Amino acid sequence: MNNFLRVRDLKVHFPTDDGVVKAVDGLSFNLEKGKTLGIVGESGSGKSVTSLAVMGLHRGSRAQLSGEIWLDDQDLLKVSDEELRSLRGRKMAMIFQDPLSAMHPYYTVGTQLAEGLLVHSKVSKKAARTTVIEMLARVGIPNPDKRVDQYPHEFSGGMRQRAMIAMALINNPELLIADEPTTALDVTVQAQILDLMRDLQAEFGSAIIMITHDLGVVAEIADDVLVMYGGKAVEYAEVDDLFHQPDHPYTWGLLTSMPRLDRITQERLIPVAGNPPSLINIPPGCAFNPRCAFQEFAACACNEVVPELAESYPNHDSRCHIPVATRAQLFADSIAPRL
Amino acid sequence: MSLLQVTDLQKYFPTYSQKLLRKEGAPVKAVDGLSLKLDPGETLGLVGESGCGKSTAGRTILRLLDPTGGKIEFEGKDITHAKGDELRRLRRDVQMVFQDPYGSLNPRHPVGAIIAAPFEIQGVTPAGGVKKAVQDLMARVGLNPEHYNRYPHEFSGGQRQRIGVARAIALKPKLVVCDEPVSALDVSIQAQVINLLEDIQEEENLAYVFIAHDLSVVRHISDRVMVMYLGRTMEVTDRDTLYERPMHPYTQALLSAVPVPEPRRDRERILLTGDLPSPQNPPSGCVFRTRCPKAEERCVVEIPLPIEIEPGHTVACHFPAARVVL
Repeated sequence: MNNFLRVRDLKVHFPTDDGVVKAVDGLSFNLEKGKTLGIVGESGSGKSVTSLAVMGLHRGSRAQLSGEIWLDDQDLLKVSDEELRSLRGRKMAMIFQDPLSAMHPYYTVGTQLAEGLLVHSKVSKKAARTTVIEMLARVGIPNPDKRVDQYPHEFSGGMRQRAMIAMALINNPELLIADEPTTALDVTVQAQILDLMRDLQAEFGSAIIMITHDLGVVAEIADDVLVMYGGKAVEYAEVDDLFHQPDHPYTWGLLTSMPRLDRITQERLIPVAGNPPSLINIPPGCAFNPRCAFQEFAACACNEVVPELAESYPNHDSRCHIPVATRAQLFADSIAPRL
Repeated sequence: MSLLQVTDLQKYFPTYSQKLLRKEGAPVKAVDGLSLKLDPGETLGLVGESGCGKSTAGRTILRLLDPTGGKIEFEGKDITHAKGDELRRLRRDVQMVFQDPYGSLNPRHPVGAIIAAPFEIQGVTPAGGVKKAVQDLMARVGLNPEHYNRYPHEFSGGQRQRIGVARAIALKPKLVVCDEPVSALDVSIQAQVINLLEDIQEEENLAYVFIAHDLSVVRHISDRVMVMYLGRTMEVTDRDTLYERPMHPYTQALLSAVPVPEPRRDRERILLTGDLPSPQNPPSGCVFRTRCPKAEERCVVEIPLPIEIEPGHTVACHFPAARVVL
């Protein structure tokens, strides 16, 4: 049990007038220190809701949470608000997608970064300022002693994201959750930010959860990958296995619908038919069944029985009714040649 | 004859001081000396980082913005300063698909009215009536024609983008500028819209100017690709040459920065430092020199002119050299 973060059967349900939105419905995963877990999925698959649940940011909302989230020896779903507050920003921190709306426009960047230090440790304002300037320099912001007194709007997009990272890292958190940290950035800046996160992880040994929809980013930075669909994990594997032997029709769909940068694979892309499911009305059986092209190979009725997340190979789980051997055959015959 | 020929296009935005709209300060040179040619049925990809002027270029070509200088010819006719009726007629032949499938459709109009708007504005009555034409268009882009009376909010992002495509092709244009048409969509939906655009192109012999920051999508859809940086063209060539042996250091850096979905693949990364300079105060000489790993003294003083290094491959760099980066 050396896993630093253990999530067990996490459910996040939102009651609404139209019915219960099952944003996350029975999710389990582990994360060791110094490792990166990539969570991939389309919008509405539950990836951001999961990260907010870990950070305890559903508290005070109407969300109904169940399951367990163990960080070290504490169940984050059970701890008091007081304890949670002492963990948040110190032991675990989050980088949000849009730094402009995640930062307060009325306070200087320096003030906002220092807050985390002043709240969690007994330091003087002067010492905090020194640390903040050091941290800004660490994340590659030029002239940090001038920048510290500027406001978020005076920073460019890439620099704002760096400042966000500096803010999250100011207390050397052991768990860092990054929710689409590079989606709003240009590729050249994205490359800088990913390098930075890798360097900082090597230095501080943090565990990172990287939430993204970009399989390229996942391939680049993750050790393990969790593919989510309709609030559930459909595939959970080490990054090499996921890309070399993807084992779920939805993962296949993601891979074949994405054009490649480094080669021309086919004249036409093969999209996943249909649209992502509504979380109020998740299709019965396998949530992916209305869009799945391989149902005929399944061992039982996909639209009736919910498949379990089961081990297909060592350390490689997926949630599908098609027998493992058939899936391997299908992948080799009809998917791999198109990648 | 080319369908579209743009010569030395400039679009400057004036900047004003705080005091009562007094004109002052250097203009923002959003597009500065852009030249391109487009044949019927061809797709030109326009790529670059945000702020490089690719959207402004697209809008200026369509005359949604007035050019500051240069010349735009469509089917041999100078449309640089077309206005009034002439401009309205031009819109039958050139159309646009916008990035934001939420912002580009009027929420108070039913879809039928949105797609019928081009007919109404142009005073065109299609054979069989407007309603039938609209329903045919809806079927064509993969929407249910019975949803004619629904409002945009009742559709998903991908479906809304289909509505935008239907509106753009209603008048059978010859050129459509697509400004980031798929970047707001999920991966699995992206492919549906890309395939739709390709199908329509094939059926109608449409030409596209395809503006995008996603270099993988551009590789898939384009015949030729133009790379822009700070309002200027860095490199133009056919897509295979551009991706397989780019010659401009910026193209090389851009391509090397894109993560590919293949773990543990060691690729040499050309890391660019810093951010895009301000287009209001671009660097002297070559605009890319402040971030260029190859920059030398000459780049500071002399603007590199676009030179056709091999047939159909134009590069604006003092030190062009082919390099495999993917």
